[in-house]
Amino acid sequence: MADRLFSLLIWATAGLVVVTLFWVLGDVVIKGLSHLSWSFLLDAPRDAGRGGGIGPILVSTLLILLVALGVSIPLGLGVAVWLSEFSPRSSHKGRSFGAAIRLTLDALAGVPSIVYGLFGNAFFSIFLGLGFSILSGGLTLACMVLPIFIRTCEAGLSAVNDDWRRGAAALGMTRTSAIWYILLPSASPAIAAGLALGIGRATAETAALIFTSGYVDRMPGSLMDSGRALAVHIYDLSMNVTGGDPAAYASAFILITLIIILNALAQTFTDHWFRKRIYAS
Amino acid sequence: MNRLEQAGPYTLGDIKAGQPCCVPVPHITVRDLSVAYDQQTVLNGVSLDIYKGCITALIGPSGCGKTSFLSTLNRLTDLCPSAQIGGNIFFDGQDILHDAVDILSLRRRIGMIFQKPNPFPLSIRRNLDLPLREHGVGNRAMRDEKIETALRDVGLWDEVKDRMDRSALSLSGGQQQRLCIARALVLEPEILLMDEPCSALDPISSTVVEELICRLQGRYTVIIVTHNLAQARRVANYAAFFWMQEQVGKLIEFGKCQNLFEAPTHELTAAYLSGTKG
Repeated sequence: MADRLFSLLIWATAGLVVVTLFWVLGDVVIKGLSHLSWSFLLDAPRDAGRGGGIGPILVSTLLILLVALGVSIPLGLGVAVWLSEFSPRSSHKGRSFGAAIRLTLDALAGVPSIVYGLFGNAFFSIFLGLGFSILSGGLTLACMVLPIFIRTCEAGLSAVNDDWRRGAAALGMTRTSAIWYILLPSASPAIAAGLALGIGRATAETAALIFTSGYVDRMPGSLMDSGRALAVHIYDLSMNVTGGDPAAYASAFILITLIIILNALAQTFTDHWFRKRIYAS
Repeated sequence: MNRLEQAGPYTLGDIKAGQPCCVPVPHITVRDLSVAYDQQTVLNGVSLDIYKGCITALIGPSGCGKTSFLSTLNRLTDLCPSAQIGGNIFFDGQDILHDAVDILSLRRRIGMIFQKPNPFPLSIRRNLDLPLREHGVGNRAMRDEKIETALRDVGLWDEVKDRMDRSALSLSGGQQQRLCIARALVLEPEILLMDEPCSALDPISSTVVEELICRLQGRYTVIIVTHNLAQARRVANYAAFFWMQEQVGKLIEFGKCQNLFEAPTHELTAAYLSGTKG
């Protein structure tokens, strides 16, 4: 009897979560699809976003993401490799340095995004003089994404079989080759997972961008222009613009689609880039 | 044409197991070697000669420093920063512990096979191709030729020639270990270090690998750690017996395999071989 009840409870919790998720998704799809058209994707917004489309906003979003990923991928992989392969383990001092970095990253991963927004505004926009621009927004997002990305990649690298490290060393291979040809490709599933987490977080971000990349909805001319991200646009339409709900739903639909597409791309990219090394000769 | 059938640059003696294979010429000379991890000495005062073209077996109970000894010979102990090595190891007139040694080319000349087969998670071809490229064998045709020769040497060529681009992890345990031996051989080393190469294999694969090791005799200098006394007796020309004394590994006896097994001079050796100790 108790066993039955328990199974029922487990099924109920799983069902509840799935139903809620599909409710949200269904709501967005049903209300968003009716407002969707090609011109919505390409046109500039009119009348504070009630009319027109989201063309410039899509471009700004992609540019912000490009900056964020362009900075965080190489930097993050570098730090992850350092943490898992180079951080000194022989001395007490060296070990505590590595531990301090891990602790910092874990703390930073939990910091609310509005704090990153304030930091980005103070540091990139004002101190470095980048102003409200796509560049300072992208850099702020990079700071926000890095902790998760680094820790995920590091976990993937640390999980790589130690026998391969010793095998590579015993063959007279340099550490660089071992990392490049064996360790990174073996860790590629973790790298893809880190990338997906990072992309998801960055694409859906609002708070960190309002104070850094701003909310100008014109087509950006360069990275130094202000640009409105899709999530900021949705926030603005639903909170500040009466009658903006249909456009907000359509934008939300596009945002979800974008995240799915980008995750699929990240997956294929890591697969191709790293698996190619595994099988190609 | 099997490379192993050609005689080496030295005279091959009686290949029958237990007999010295050649006029003993030291290939590696170890003097007063000690190894410590985190200030804890695990091996002390080891001096012995490893003879060229012969198979030397290291026997003794677990934890008496045999693997540590093996890892000093190709400086794999460098991977463990807390390891401290004392003494001298002369190879080719150079003290590989103290002189400015090019570690990468040292490891090319002294290959190593591990207890657990560790092929890289790459294709079969790439497992052998990668080390060759790493050591600057630039020409694809030349690399392919060397790869085929190495795979033939370990008797794996006919089994894998049609699936060179499949993952090496799809091979059986015994095939993986032979692939690892081929991966070491493809760099044309002079010395092979083997750390219990058969202990993780099933009996049939183990026999295949053991026969392969016997065929390496004369062509390469082989140092093999084994817990299997019968195997040591079957494959080795020389044997070294290690034992723990006061928590520190020591070399107790070294000599021709047959002499050591049939007429050990040290009572510890006799006790270990007869099974009353260890």
